[in-house]
Amino acid sequence: MGTPNQYSRRLFLQRAVLVSVAAAGGGSLLTGCASGGGGGTESGGGETSAENPFGVQADAPLDVVIFKGGYGDDYAKFHEELYKKKFPNAEIKHAGITDIRQQLQPRFNSGNPPDVIDNSGAEQLPLATLADTGQLADLTPLFDAESIDGGKIRDTLNPVAIEAGDYGGKILVLNYALEVYGLWYDKTLFDQKGWQPAETWDDFLTLAEEIKGDGIAPMAHQGKYPYYIQQVTMDMAVKHGGVEVVKAIDSLEPNAWKHPSVKMAAEALLEIKSKGYMLQGTEGLDHIQSQTRWNEHKAAFIPSGSWLENEQKKVAPEDFATTVAPTPLMDGSKLPFQSTRVSAAEAFIVPAKAKNVPGGQEYLRIMLSKEGASKFTELTAAPTVVTGAGEGLDLTPAAASASELVKAGGDNNWNYYFFVWYSPMRPKIETAFGELAAGRVTADEFCAACQKAADETAKDPQTKKRTRS
Amino acid sequence: MRHGQYRFIVGFLVLPLALYAIFVISPFVQAFYYSLTNWTGVSPQFDFVGLQNFQTLTQDSLFLRAVRNNLVLLVGMPLAVILLALFYAFLLNVGGAGSGVGVRGVRGSGFYKLAFFLPQVLSVPVIAVIWAVILDPTPTGLVNSAMRRVGFGGSGWLADPNLALYCVLWVLVWGSVGFYLVLFNAAMSSIPRDIYEAALIDGAGRVATFFRVTIPLLWDTIQTSWVYLAILALDVYALVAVMTPGPGGPANATQVISLQIAQNGFQFGRAGYASAMGVVLFFFTLIIAAIMLRATRRQRIEY
Repeated sequence: MGTPNQYSRRLFLQRAVLVSVAAAGGGSLLTGCASGGGGGTESGGGETSAENPFGVQADAPLDVVIFKGGYGDDYAKFHEELYKKKFPNAEIKHAGITDIRQQLQPRFNSGNPPDVIDNSGAEQLPLATLADTGQLADLTPLFDAESIDGGKIRDTLNPVAIEAGDYGGKILVLNYALEVYGLWYDKTLFDQKGWQPAETWDDFLTLAEEIKGDGIAPMAHQGKYPYYIQQVTMDMAVKHGGVEVVKAIDSLEPNAWKHPSVKMAAEALLEIKSKGYMLQGTEGLDHIQSQTRWNEHKAAFIPSGSWLENEQKKVAPEDFATTVAPTPLMDGSKLPFQSTRVSAAEAFIVPAKAKNVPGGQEYLRIMLSKEGASKFTELTAAPTVVTGAGEGLDLTPAAASASELVKAGGDNNWNYYFFVWYSPMRPKIETAFGELAAGRVTADEFCAACQKAADETAKDPQTKKRTRS
Repeated sequence: MRHGQYRFIVGFLVLPLALYAIFVISPFVQAFYYSLTNWTGVSPQFDFVGLQNFQTLTQDSLFLRAVRNNLVLLVGMPLAVILLALFYAFLLNVGGAGSGVGVRGVRGSGFYKLAFFLPQVLSVPVIAVIWAVILDPTPTGLVNSAMRRVGFGGSGWLADPNLALYCVLWVLVWGSVGFYLVLFNAAMSSIPRDIYEAALIDGAGRVATFFRVTIPLLWDTIQTSWVYLAILALDVYALVAVMTPGPGGPANATQVISLQIAQNGFQFGRAGYASAMGVVLFFFTLIIAAIMLRATRRQRIEY
């Protein structure tokens, strides 16, 4: 994340014409757009069986587009090999790209999307919009299908995968990678100094004072992208007030952001700032700059997700043991210390208008096999939503501590969706967190700013409101 | 004209005109059309919504904030660039110590020209990254440690909502001054030396020569630069997107129209609404260019 999109006004307009020329298929623009592309579903044809539950036509080509980001695309090539083994006559087109939106937007507009897309990265297509305009194939049959290793696929997955893919009762997205969030530290350094991640807020403040006394800033954050500091603040709020806090926020309920737990967490963040525990100037650093300073032991803790170790591989010292700690508990917290936000990422979709929808679904079924999932973990050091697929692999310190936290948290782990569901609200919330982390607003002003953004979103006729079950 | 000559000319023009129509005119026309729809940008289906997008725009506080910031840049940037470029160009041309005979530039003017022009060969994102590093907000940042050496406190620069927009403005100016310096320099060298020398003999000092001779004779060039810089100030997307927190932050201090267009069009799935912003920006640019050309019109001096 964090790589800004290089668009200019001119580029935007140019792109608009390309899009519409494609949409019109060279014909008249207006009629072309209104009637949409002609491409329909030519899928099916093959017979369904236990081996082939979606009835894939054995020789139908498969068009796969993968976001080639932090995880690379080698894992996808492996999955394609597995598919090829099953359907030797199928021709597979593979593309590993980063500019998903630029390349696929015209194809969606002309009704000619690929069969499988890993819609991720800074330039992903707006997922909620795709879902609401009926452009995604229903993956519910996939989740109810038999897994390659036996058992219903749904039962082999971490529940967050089902929750995250659910758009109004239908599962439209397969979020493949499991991401664990928390406060990250160097275990080598902490062991040397005899420090322990604190379990309670008071202990955290004591530890921070000690770290500060050692000449290290207790905390840094990726200030240019306030998403990160938002993460740990929200975690503390959820642990204090329970998952209901964030369910209300996801559902855009009135006064959800004014919940006492949210305010308390905001005050905790202000306390870190006002006591000088924050790396000075960190609010102007981007993720690479701040994380590199953290690698250089200029800061002890940094908020992030389980991709952090991989992201910093090139700059981290040899003996740096990237390890995750859950956020500390404020007084009266409802959830245990050993619990955290766990999300499912790398959003795989099968477009409704794809030429080979069954092939796309079968490809995802292959990904969800033990073999497919453990290869992903092996190649990327990141866990997948397939339960236990990473077992027996030799894990890095980050991956090991993250999987331990997932296990320890169990049913107490949670996720939230307002950033994905309501993209126009996202920058507003992030701005509010940025101001809070810089200590320029009070906790009350912060809650009011977030609530205002949520209320505006709830009133906006163009935004589809969603609710958590 | 002889028979067939028109056909000959048209033959040459048809390709560039067709390209211009397809890649310039038609996107504009389409943006106008899309601005009246609720097109998401990722679906072939959308509805016609009339002027609703423009109505929403008038109440969109972020968009209005972006317009305000663009106005600050629109006033500050051309003014600073033209003043600085004129001043330097004047120094390079006639600022040299008088050696009794004639008028010449300061010593090493060739080197200065090169040094000032250098940013022009860097791409905008590179400039943005360089300045983001120079303006590092931590105490060990380049500018901050330099300031501490001379006894000033540091600053958050781009992370400070009161300064961020001016930092962007400064980088814009830094990146543009070189080009206009070279442009004005070329225009000044085409002013005959004897005019300066005559002015000097008549007892005009440096300041008087600058205002009474140089500026009037450069007016056409300045006018063109002004319009061009104004258009540049309305589109600072790359700088803001790369340099500022958010981007557009902190606290929306560096929010600009082009950033809002990109966010709405590509991240929020609101291409129709973004097109409406584009249409507003189009007219904005057109009106400003027209006003500037009209307001700065003067009689042309021949020499």
